Amino acid sequence: MRTPALDSVAERAATATPPVLARHVRGLSDRMLAWIFIAPTIVLLLAINIFPLLWTIHLSFTNYRANRPNAPLVDVGIEHYVSILNDPDIWTAMQATAHFLFWTIALQTLIGFALAYLIDRKFRGHGFWTTVILIPMMLSPAVVGNFWAFLYQPQIGLWNYAVSFLTGVPASSFTMIGSVKLAPWSIIIVDTWMWTPYVMLICLAGLRSIPDYIYEAAEVDRASKWRQFWSITLPMALPFIMLAVLFRGIENFKMFDMVNLLTSGGPGSTTELASITLKREAFEKWRTGYSSAFAIILFVTVFGLANIYVKALNRVKSR
Amino acid sequence: MSGAAFAHSVVEPSRWSKRVAGTLVVAYALLTMIPLVWIFATALKSGPDSIAYPPKWVFDPSSEGFCNLFNTRSRQSEDYIAKLPPSSGVCDSLARRSNMVLVGPSNFQPRFINSLIIAFGSTALSVLLGVTAAYAFSRFKVPLKDDLLFFILSTRMMPPIAVAIPIYLMYREIGLSDTRLGMILLYTAVNVSLAVWLLKGFIDEIPREYEEAALVDGYTRLQAFTKVVLPQATTGIVATAIFCLIFAWNEYAFAVLLTSGEAQTAPPFIPIIIGEGGQDWPAVAAGTTLFLLPILVFTVLLRKHLLRGITFGAVRK
Repeated sequence: MRTPALDSVAERAATATPPVLARHVRGLSDRMLAWIFIAPTIVLLLAINIFPLLWTIHLSFTNYRANRPNAPLVDVGIEHYVSILNDPDIWTAMQATAHFLFWTIALQTLIGFALAYLIDRKFRGHGFWTTVILIPMMLSPAVVGNFWAFLYQPQIGLWNYAVSFLTGVPASSFTMIGSVKLAPWSIIIVDTWMWTPYVMLICLAGLRSIPDYIYEAAEVDRASKWRQFWSITLPMALPFIMLAVLFRGIENFKMFDMVNLLTSGGPGSTTELASITLKREAFEKWRTGYSSAFAIILFVTVFGLANIYVKALNRVKSR
Repeated sequence: MSGAAFAHSVVEPSRWSKRVAGTLVVAYALLTMIPLVWIFATALKSGPDSIAYPPKWVFDPSSEGFCNLFNTRSRQSEDYIAKLPPSSGVCDSLARRSNMVLVGPSNFQPRFINSLIIAFGSTALSVLLGVTAAYAFSRFKVPLKDDLLFFILSTRMMPPIAVAIPIYLMYREIGLSDTRLGMILLYTAVNVSLAVWLLKGFIDEIPREYEEAALVDGYTRLQAFTKVVLPQATTGIVATAIFCLIFAWNEYAFAVLLTSGEAQTAPPFIPIIIGEGGQDWPAVAAGTTLFLLPILVFTVLLRKHLLRGITFGAVRK
């Protein structure tokens, strides 16, 4: 009788005696194998990430325009870098980015942590509702962001209807996307809707990592719940909160898709985040050299800030 | 009953606090589902119903959205329509009612197929590259290991638009612009960092003793990898694959800048579905619905590994 278990034993016995070909493969040292395994990944990243990055650096010192590839290439030195740092439009874009970053991170951390804290009460059905809450962050920011434009329509949109239903302000008296004052908030609302679950999930892991015995000890010492929250829960969850802020910070610094479809930087340039400016310079005005310089400045900024932040995070962790 | 609950533990939340927490969380969950429910509802509405004010919660379902998503229509005179042979289907008769005729399939289907090919192609490639590199990083002494791993991660910090400028130029030079292969390679380059980091975490968790036993049994290193490690890492590989799939499926920035026809995926296409006089919202909603459904399924499948995936394996549970 042939049973699956016997089969697999037979198979193992067969493969245990390597055929002639395999003996050649055996000649592969671990060191060789390591390089064969790693090289393709490194080669791909060099070709599609590092080579383009070097090319960008090169272009940033030239007057190159991608829509006129045959024009003579002139070396302009650091001219682009100087003019970017003196360009008021660029600084407006950086301000818009900072505003967007500050409020999305503040709201998402606050709501996300509160939700995680509530879910950690482990009420009945918390697993199911956690999965429901996670859904928005898995969706395509572009496709869903585009649909929010419909929700924000001043005459017919669900958002204006809900606001007027709750506050009594007439639904046709304001437009989220069209007004200079409200447009920055329209993208903050959508981003918060999408990414609060992300912060929540990481915070939840932080809360669950705190061992029960610490709270038990605090109970024995008669520490109030309030005191327990401030001296146990929050400090122990802090590295996780900081990690969530890091990931959201990097992602939102690069924010492009949702905003491009919802407001495309408008009205005027009120929601023109760094990536939107970059796209306008590179693919609408075709100032390739100039936009390359801006891209490098952005990359150095993210990279620098992220490095400083990770150092701070490690210090908190090791406390 | 209450005695048993009391005896459980001093840190077990009280029943009252559980109830309050549960109510608040469920309220939040329902609130955040409203935009999604609205997408699905709009997909099933007729044109006038979709822009009614106050918004309609109860409506007669219509297949107009899906019809307009898959077909292009053109306006004709009433006389012309009266002379046509009897309509051949639901969409046809629906179009004729508003003095239109179907003139052919829309671009939605090819765009959706592009999305499938590019997402699955780049996922397969990223997982293949990821699992081999992750195994090497996990098991072998690799010089500058930490630097290489950080380098792989740091490629994720570039804003996509910044990378798109030189990629655009490079692809134009070597004839990869607006091709599926070009997009597959690009998405693989973006995803491979996630794949390496996630899979390294999963492989680190497989005890080395299994392979060492296999090596003693006469397996080569390669055989130990394929016959011992890979089967053990199946869960991790599947989870990683789904994360790569979702990223490639959702990606917009590269797609909108680097593709225009041949290789265009669904995300840049869905927002430009327009009817007469502006966006055709039922059709957009129908496209959005079809586009989101696979992700909903994947989210449920992935829920245990989500945390790991979104933090590049930094947080495990």
